[in-house]
Amino acid sequence: MREILSGNEAIARGAFEAGCRVACAYPGTPSTEILENITRYPEIDASWAPNEKVALEVSIGASFGGGRALCTMKHVGVNVAADPLFTLSYTGVNGGLVLVVADDPEMHSSQNEQDSRNYARFAKVPLLEPSDSQECKEFTRLAFEISEQYDTPVMLRSCTRVSHGKSIVELGERVTNLPQPMLTKNPAKLVMLPGNARVRHPLVEERMVRLAENGSTMAINRAELRDTSIGIITSGVSYQYVREVMPEASTLKLGMVHPLPHAMIREFAARVDRLYVVEELDPFIEDQVRAMGIAVTGKEIISLCGELTPGRLRTAFGLPQPIGLAPVKMPGRPPNMCPGCPHRGVFFALNQLKAYVTGDIGCYTLGFMPPLSAMDTCVCMGASIGMATGVTKVVSAEEKKKVVAVIGDSTFLHTGINGLMDMVYNNSPATVIILDNRITAMTGRQDNPASGFTLMNNSSHTIDFPMLCTALGVKHIRVINPLDLEETKRVIAEEMQRPETSVIITDKPCVLIKREDIFQKGPLYAVDVDICTGCRACLKIGCPAIEWRPAGDGSRKGRAFIDPQLCTGCDVCRQLCTFDAIGSTP
Amino acid sequence: MSRQITNILLVGVGGQGILLASEILSEAAMLAGFDVKKSEIHGMSQRGGSVVSHVRYGTEVFSPIVPEGEGDILFGFELMETCRSLPLIKPGGTVVANDLQISPPSVLMGQETYPADLVFRIQDHFPDFLLVDGQKVARDAGNVRAANTVLLGAVSRRLDIAEEFWMKALEKMVPAKAVDVNKKVFKVGRGL
Repeated sequence: MREILSGNEAIARGAFEAGCRVACAYPGTPSTEILENITRYPEIDASWAPNEKVALEVSIGASFGGGRALCTMKHVGVNVAADPLFTLSYTGVNGGLVLVVADDPEMHSSQNEQDSRNYARFAKVPLLEPSDSQECKEFTRLAFEISEQYDTPVMLRSCTRVSHGKSIVELGERVTNLPQPMLTKNPAKLVMLPGNARVRHPLVEERMVRLAENGSTMAINRAELRDTSIGIITSGVSYQYVREVMPEASTLKLGMVHPLPHAMIREFAARVDRLYVVEELDPFIEDQVRAMGIAVTGKEIISLCGELTPGRLRTAFGLPQPIGLAPVKMPGRPPNMCPGCPHRGVFFALNQLKAYVTGDIGCYTLGFMPPLSAMDTCVCMGASIGMATGVTKVVSAEEKKKVVAVIGDSTFLHTGINGLMDMVYNNSPATVIILDNRITAMTGRQDNPASGFTLMNNSSHTIDFPMLCTALGVKHIRVINPLDLEETKRVIAEEMQRPETSVIITDKPCVLIKREDIFQKGPLYAVDVDICTGCRACLKIGCPAIEWRPAGDGSRKGRAFIDPQLCTGCDVCRQLCTFDAIGSTP
Repeated sequence: MSRQITNILLVGVGGQGILLASEILSEAAMLAGFDVKKSEIHGMSQRGGSVVSHVRYGTEVFSPIVPEGEGDILFGFELMETCRSLPLIKPGGTVVANDLQISPPSVLMGQETYPADLVFRIQDHFPDFLLVDGQKVARDAGNVRAANTVLLGAVSRRLDIAEEFWMKALEKMVPAKAVDVNKKVFKVGRGL
């Protein structure tokens, strides 16, 4: 049977076919849909973890217990999971363990474009790289086999174009002959204290040598000899662009990118006149080929930054470009917080209070954009709180009062909680605002330990944020309605003045939550055009439902208009109107 | 071997239903026996930002994204986004666009104006241009919410995929209760 699947759907399918028992992840674009699609297969225990480190540790436990386990994350998630990963490389596995990492060249939805292939080399684990959905499925299956055969975790590296691209996949059946998982004690292999680890490390090095040797006969590495004047070593989605733009060139397509199959590379290099490596981001393959003493061209012509496209590859090789129409400047269309988003009022208040806002990762990072313009830093998941502490250590007593950390519920539970522990322990005077909208919104509404539901949509314990903060030692905790602008601004101002750690928790849900009884629309609002003076005060919150309509006489005059299709009845614009021109409609 | 590839770009604003339309298109192409690839960006672009979905079908498709300047058909769900993507289309390419304007934030706030000359701009460069009032046609045919399907029908007439495959794709991809009205509206669009 053939189906059109995204790379992420195909990885989920591959895990199912491979007999995977446990799948665990923290959501992150472009990897999120892998776990969401695994929920189709009841044979697999699938769950969201609070962060990538926990997700990998759960997967490690499942593997040690004898079951095949899949762990998925976006590229920056590996930074969080790196600690267990590096030692997992030493212990090896019991049931196969596959770590899927989805990179984001071009940073379509990310804060950096780190190249995860470096982790495979750093942690000394094999890495496979599929170039379409069919390969996503096959390589996932193969990765489980390699994992068990070589006693190693295996990384499967995707990228945005592979994960979110769709192509035709031939489906297969689930393997059924795997051993039943059971507890088996093997402390010499699994207890990594120095004496045991010293025994394991040489085995890791031997394993990588064996993999490099055997790579030359693996079917996923293949030389395709066509015109031999140009030979291109490539992998992943880059292979597709090479075939698109230079269909006659010879290619060495690498399915396993680490360790590299040295013998195969030497043979290919000897058969072509001029050797190139085409790869996105870092010169990962290129540097190693050059270290083998082989002349090769790569990053001289292909950028270290961004993703490849057929056009960029044409430019790199000096090939003729089709001439399209020149772009014309038009108003941009950046992403925006949704109409009725409960974050908007908080950022409006922070802007008015001229706060210095250390921000975090989520929809609310959009609070950086005009007209709210109320975010000053954003580095990584959970960083807002630690950064707030750090800023207050160096600025004047007066400026300390300006420092506010803003973090979402899911991000706080991911890695923000440690920062708050530190804040209380080391007595930081900064203020923390936890934007609790009851969901992991940015990645598409995933549940988390504070949403009350699991990935499988079973109801579960809901973390009580005030109680959690109390347990951490926070003495000043305020819960506010962020749709009440007066209350929001007043409470934030009061807590900013306080010379001790304080936490403000907002309690309105994301407007996109579909689950019943969580988000409810209010009455629709409308502008009374006879009262509206055109003062534009309501435009200051940047709600997509409010439009400024010019008078049409060329003057600056005009009126506000609320789109009834978009309005959620949040009431925030009404509070901004000093002329009572905005009201709810019956 | 020469590869016959048809390159289609579907463009508009996040939330307009572009992904579903591109899935129906891909499914129909697969059912018609073609190799198919499709690509778009999720994530940040869903929050009301510009969305571009690439669909390519033919004998054998390599790149998941349409090479710059090689688009055969631009399928626009919104006028300004249609215009923004014109550089991706080859000279002499086809444009099928919904006659709909959605103001971006800077226009909503009165800082910039929505460009007035978009239709002429498209017409000047692409004589093969069909402008459809998708909402009106869909409303007249029975359901205003099926505007995208009207447009899809109009695009389908310009593609070498038989009607039976479109019908099968609609049956698979559209919610069961909406299949009949979508089929009806699709056929109206196919006549445009």
